[in-house]
Amino acid sequence: MKPLAITQPINLRRFQSLIALFVLCILLSFLTDKFFTTANGINVLRQVAVNVCVATGMTLIVLTGGIDLSVGSVLALCGAIAAGLLKNGLRFPSADLLIGFTILGAVLAAMIIGAVLGLCNGLAVTLFKVPPFVATLAMLTIARGFTMLYTEGHPISNLGSGFAFIGTGALLGIPVPVWIAVAVVLLSVFITRQTKLGRYIYAIGGNETAAKLSGIRINRVKLIVYGLGAALAAVGGIIVTSRLDSAQPNAGTSYELDAIAAVVIGGTSLNGGKGSVGGTVIGAVIIGVLNNGLVLLNVSPFWQQVVKGCVILLAVIIDRSGNSKE
Amino acid sequence: MLAGKHISKKFGGVPALADINLELYPGRVNAIIGENGAGKSTLMKILSGVYTQYEGEIIYNGAPVRFSTPKDAERAGIAIIHQELNLVPWLSVAENIFLGRELLNGWGLLDKRKMNEEAKTLLMRLNLAVDPGTKISALKVGQQQLVEIARALYVNASVIIMDEPTSAISDKEVDQLFSIIRELKAEGKIIVYISHKLKELFTIADRFIVLRDGRMIDAGDMAAITEEELIRKMTGRQLLREPGRPYQGNTEELLFVKNISLRHPVIMSARVLDNISFTLQKGEILGIYGLMGAGRTELLETIFGLHPGKASGEVYVNKRVRKIKSPVQAIRAGIALVPEDRKLQGLVLNQSVRANMSITILHKLEQWGIMLNRGKESKMVNGYINRLSIKTASLNNAAKDLSGGNQQKIVLAKWLATEPGILLLDEPTRGIDINAKTEIYKLMRALAAEGLGIIMVSSELPEILTVSDRVLVMSEGSLAASIPIGDASEEKILKYAIHKNQTAQ
Repeated sequence: MKPLAITQPINLRRFQSLIALFVLCILLSFLTDKFFTTANGINVLRQVAVNVCVATGMTLIVLTGGIDLSVGSVLALCGAIAAGLLKNGLRFPSADLLIGFTILGAVLAAMIIGAVLGLCNGLAVTLFKVPPFVATLAMLTIARGFTMLYTEGHPISNLGSGFAFIGTGALLGIPVPVWIAVAVVLLSVFITRQTKLGRYIYAIGGNETAAKLSGIRINRVKLIVYGLGAALAAVGGIIVTSRLDSAQPNAGTSYELDAIAAVVIGGTSLNGGKGSVGGTVIGAVIIGVLNNGLVLLNVSPFWQQVVKGCVILLAVIIDRSGNSKE
Repeated sequence: MLAGKHISKKFGGVPALADINLELYPGRVNAIIGENGAGKSTLMKILSGVYTQYEGEIIYNGAPVRFSTPKDAERAGIAIIHQELNLVPWLSVAENIFLGRELLNGWGLLDKRKMNEEAKTLLMRLNLAVDPGTKISALKVGQQQLVEIARALYVNASVIIMDEPTSAISDKEVDQLFSIIRELKAEGKIIVYISHKLKELFTIADRFIVLRDGRMIDAGDMAAITEEELIRKMTGRQLLREPGRPYQGNTEELLFVKNISLRHPVIMSARVLDNISFTLQKGEILGIYGLMGAGRTELLETIFGLHPGKASGEVYVNKRVRKIKSPVQAIRAGIALVPEDRKLQGLVLNQSVRANMSITILHKLEQWGIMLNRGKESKMVNGYINRLSIKTASLNNAAKDLSGGNQQKIVLAKWLATEPGILLLDEPTRGIDINAKTEIYKLMRALAAEGLGIIMVSSELPEILTVSDRVLVMSEGSLAASIPIGDASEEKILKYAIHKNQTAQ
């Protein structure tokens, strides 16, 4: 038919967000001489690392046509659990038993708890057919409640220098959170592009009926994806807790919105089936650069929010206009 | 009269229509005939104001016109009834008829009473006995279509374009539609009728206009042409209507379906399938015919494990009883289903040909336990592209960019890749051109010769008679007859398909 006419705009669209990021960086380099420096670059990357982790998991979920609003609360709960286990261990007063945790043990336990919370989301969505929006909205509240219960409303602080290394340390001049984010992204890119699971994720989001008829175990894939998404939120929670050397009960509030914004700006369709982890990374960096630039330009934080909202809107409008061409 | 002069239209440099000159007469049913991709829909979209960029001009009632929107065309009296009906399912019949042109009372609020009354008059004119307050979703497809026609009548359209109006309605509804078309014709309206079904064109159409590859090939009176001639003009070659293969006789039982019943999803006491039993032999092509609502699709779906909670009965594959409660188990039993609607059920449209074709066998394409072997995948996909002569620029093109026939071949390929013993085909040639149809028939024969058992559900009797070795006729959820191809005829099959309906009345 007309393959050339069709593939060209797609290829351009693929680079749309990347081009936007470049333009933004060049613009900021001219507007302020503090922006284009190594120190600031590293600073931006460190700031976006958490959102990259959370938004990458979100991307997998959104690609299946779902959404996870609970990531902010899950992040807080898992961060608190990591901190609590590390500092106080696991206490069973009735058996007069105290289990201590190493850093690795606490981190793994927090991630497992995260995965379990995600599996609960997945079960609600698959087994009980609750719309993802509602199921994860419920989990948003539930996980926040458990965070408050676990921390009794107080921060858990002074977690030791070893744990602090996760959030504040650096290897080869690059902050550890950035290394973690890179690992998370590489793993997710591998899953989406090179594995059966990745193909299934896209197929379910693209056409769930066709996927089911093709013999794909839809529920199993969704469970994995929701579990993985929440486990990555837990990773974000560990980084945040470590960086502050403190687990805050109200940490991660509205992080789900930043994650969804990164996904959307990165060109992933909220209807599922279309988009990429790479796009989300660019989306997260755009948000980070924007925040950073506006701070450097001494723009008020209130205006920052307005600008961020407009960028999200713009990204979707541009994406739509590219789509509507037949 | 509505006429087009030198109409040309290009999409991104590719000509879709080239120098079309056509005349559509009032008081006639003007049939536009052509294979998929011949340019029928493009032409209709130009006439009804959907496409505004084109060369040439439209002459309407003696004056040149150029519509800028569909609403514009409608105001001038040109209404189009699309194949996919444009109704809002959760609004009432009256609300749909008046959608976008609501009647208001003195307060500027909706005048529901007046709209309902007017709707009632329109519905009576169309012999449609439903209350104007009924929700569209509660109506059958045929009735919904009449609501669309009511809408056209309300705006007093003098040109009514119908795009494949009979593609989803029963024969009885077709008769009803035709009598309405005849009335509209008598009122002097210009009816433009697009259809694949040549048989019905000879019943209803007065004039034909044949398009092929975006050009007008011929136009004239239906009375002066035969079906064979029309097909030749559409395709530019003779149709190979091979007679059905003689029945090979029992070879080896491949599938035995025993006492399958399926509960109605809403009405607990009713059954969609009632105690159906039959066998399928190795190398046999079994055609299943039935009217709309006979339960043909549901039968295939039940065998494929799509109705686990509501179905009862047993399925034997190679004489062993198999528990099939999901597609996964069906596939494991060697059963494949090419579903009725390739866009909604068969393909992930925005994904590549590659991803669509390999989706059923990804587990066989893994290396080191986790990673997909893309080389192996390409080899497999290219193999099927060649074997089924699928026309695509590359295996990475999105499925949505391919024509209907090629899309259908992708769905076939993804199922053949599972190396099934039993192939269930639900309307395998719906909406695809004659060329691709013939190719699919040939493929079915070749597969049967290799020993596959094939069950084909089809609404087209000629197709059933061309391809099947044996014909099962379904009527209202039960099996009405099993006819060896040697004894089958259109009349006989139809008699069994209708029989139960008649006695029930």
